[in-house]
Amino acid sequence: MAEMVTLTIDGIEVKAPVGSTVLDAAKSAGIKIPTLCFLKEINEIGACRMCVVDTGARSLQAACVYPVSEGLKVVTNSPAVREARKVTLELILSNHERKCLSCVRSNNCELQQLAKDLNIEDIRFDGETYDFCVDDASPSIVRDPNKCVLCRRCVSMCKNIQGVAAIETMERGFKTIVSSPFNMSLNDVPCVNCGQCITVCPVGALKEKDDTQKVWDAIANKELHVVVQTAPAVRVAIAEEFGNPVGSRATGKMVTALRKLGFDKVFDTDTAADLTIMEEGTELLGRIQNGGKLPVITSCSPGWIKYCEHNYPEFLENLSSCKSPQNMFGAVLKSYYADKMEIDPKKMFVVSVMPCTAKKFEVQRPELGTDCYSDVDVSITTRELARMIKEAGIDFNNLEETHFDDPMGDATGAAVIFGATGGVMEAALRTVADILDNTDHAEIEYKAVRGVEGIKEAEVEMGGMKVKAAVAHGLGNAKKLLDKIKAGEAEYHFVEIMACPGGCVNGGGQPIQPATVRNEVDLRAERAKAIYVEDESLPIRKSHKNEKMMKLYEEYFEKPGSHKAHKYLHTHYVARENYPDDCSEGCC
Amino acid sequence: MGCNCGCVCVDANAEKLSEVIEKYKNTEGALIPVLHEAQEIYGYLPLSVQKAVAEGLDISLAEVYGVVTFYTQFSLNPKGKYKIQVCLGTACYVKGAGDIYDKLKAALNLNDGDCTEDGLFSVEACRCIGACGLAPVIMVNDDVFGRLTVDDIDGIIKQYKDKEIE
Repeated sequence: MAEMVTLTIDGIEVKAPVGSTVLDAAKSAGIKIPTLCFLKEINEIGACRMCVVDTGARSLQAACVYPVSEGLKVVTNSPAVREARKVTLELILSNHERKCLSCVRSNNCELQQLAKDLNIEDIRFDGETYDFCVDDASPSIVRDPNKCVLCRRCVSMCKNIQGVAAIETMERGFKTIVSSPFNMSLNDVPCVNCGQCITVCPVGALKEKDDTQKVWDAIANKELHVVVQTAPAVRVAIAEEFGNPVGSRATGKMVTALRKLGFDKVFDTDTAADLTIMEEGTELLGRIQNGGKLPVITSCSPGWIKYCEHNYPEFLENLSSCKSPQNMFGAVLKSYYADKMEIDPKKMFVVSVMPCTAKKFEVQRPELGTDCYSDVDVSITTRELARMIKEAGIDFNNLEETHFDDPMGDATGAAVIFGATGGVMEAALRTVADILDNTDHAEIEYKAVRGVEGIKEAEVEMGGMKVKAAVAHGLGNAKKLLDKIKAGEAEYHFVEIMACPGGCVNGGGQPIQPATVRNEVDLRAERAKAIYVEDESLPIRKSHKNEKMMKLYEEYFEKPGSHKAHKYLHTHYVARENYPDDCSEGCC
Repeated sequence: MGCNCGCVCVDANAEKLSEVIEKYKNTEGALIPVLHEAQEIYGYLPLSVQKAVAEGLDISLAEVYGVVTFYTQFSLNPKGKYKIQVCLGTACYVKGAGDIYDKLKAALNLNDGDCTEDGLFSVEACRCIGACGLAPVIMVNDDVFGRLTVDDIDGIIKQYKDKEIE
């Protein structure tokens, strides 16, 4: 137990552990101090001065970084404190592009909320304002510095959590801007499009590239057969956009909503996750038995793939050659399904709904598709789908629940858990163990690879051998794990890496929860819980027991790893330069 | 960097830079001294140099660029043979340094920090140089010119141009 001190906040005696902050102590006493830049464990730097309090010192202090001490007397609500916070907020607002009515973050904006909470009616300051160019060259992320409040949450996320460091605070004083070096576009730097910066941005300075109009246009085009596929993590998060608590499941309602939007067929990406397990499992067994390159590293996460291409080209041969489930499914739809339904694949339009902004980059990769078409035409995020549902006037919360369409049908529990960190590993172990032991194991929950710990390891005995596995989520953790493997300090057969902390449930395309929620609730854990409940609720929980998918092999791909499977379901990777040699263009 | 003559030659500056990086590599807070020495070698800090520094010190280019643009003594552009600094400190400013600064930029057709095509002149604003009694003041390399009016500027530029012709 930590040593405790007693302090007084607004006349209330509070006990708090040594090392904690005034902000923590106030919270435990039920006193709310407004914050803007503060985000627990991600950005604790006292930069914005919204949380100032009177500690008796000569000047007001930032509660989020001010440590508690014995006998400290704090006042959080005095005329001087209120006025200081108001002036600070008005100064921020005076140089903020206040196009709130048409901002993507309207009603989910921490700055807007603060202005309301602090009772700001007029802004007393009217000075020079920013006139920065908007960087919209990336297929995934749009950066609008005119709305930036310089809280630096995105910088910390990109640098400290993801280890990507594609953005930083540049220049100084009034000219200060969060951007990439030499004002390059995010499209020209080693940004991996993970979108974690978007999920921590308190305002609308970072957002996904909106592709909803492309989807509306396709649906309206009578010439096209428009199908949609949804990733596992979407169903456990989309309900948040309609006022439901974190961790609500809404699979059936989501399917109904998609049908109401006008898609011709509504499919589950999970089918391709089952397919991934068959292909990747076969690849893993092949490499173990034939002395191939080990460890096999998963390739489902396009943010991770791009990170690897930029930073660890020496591991490209370790990557599984499997396409991600999104693209595998697109390829299946435009080959097997198109054949079966007698549809020209060029007249098919595949939309994917993903918890991910990096998928937008992935669908544009030239190697993912044929000369005539891409596997997937447009990828939208969970947030974009929610906006479409609202735009169409669909009453989401009161929808009936329906099932995914045949002939692909419902997938297995193994596929559903792809949405949480450790899920691909667990799904693979469920299948590989059965194959190697030639039995139907009843024990299928590999709890060692579940949970939010950054790097997880497991050793599983199967087929007379010990399979060594490791799981990393968040690219900062991936870096640690890869460096260990590179230095020869650890050896594995199979490694799962997901770009986002917590895996896809906490992807860059998921509903944005404000700091007030994120500081209290671990989004990674809550959404993952819903994923595992969904897994338990499904009758079939092993990929190789998915009958619809086995039929797919029977009718079309012959067997996992076949020539035809390789043609449609596998891909390759390229080493990428980190920065161009010339930067004269900038992002404008 | 490097030459186009087809020979196998090593860029002397690049070699010097890697020596500097090697020297500081394992010390904490190496970035700023390395940038200082890099600027001494190249005269300024273009993308290629910042990339080499970032790679050598194993930090991100974004961080290097952030530091370079934070401190005014680092420059992203080459400086002219005659580096003109216009003091925009308080005393100079109230005595009309802003007009002097604008006049210089107009006369040489330059933006702040840029260099003329012939490489002769660059203009930049600077903080107080401690010659407030002479306000408004400019410096051309180490030469100080004080109590200026806008009309003095053309003459000063001509003085250095003439020097070149000689």
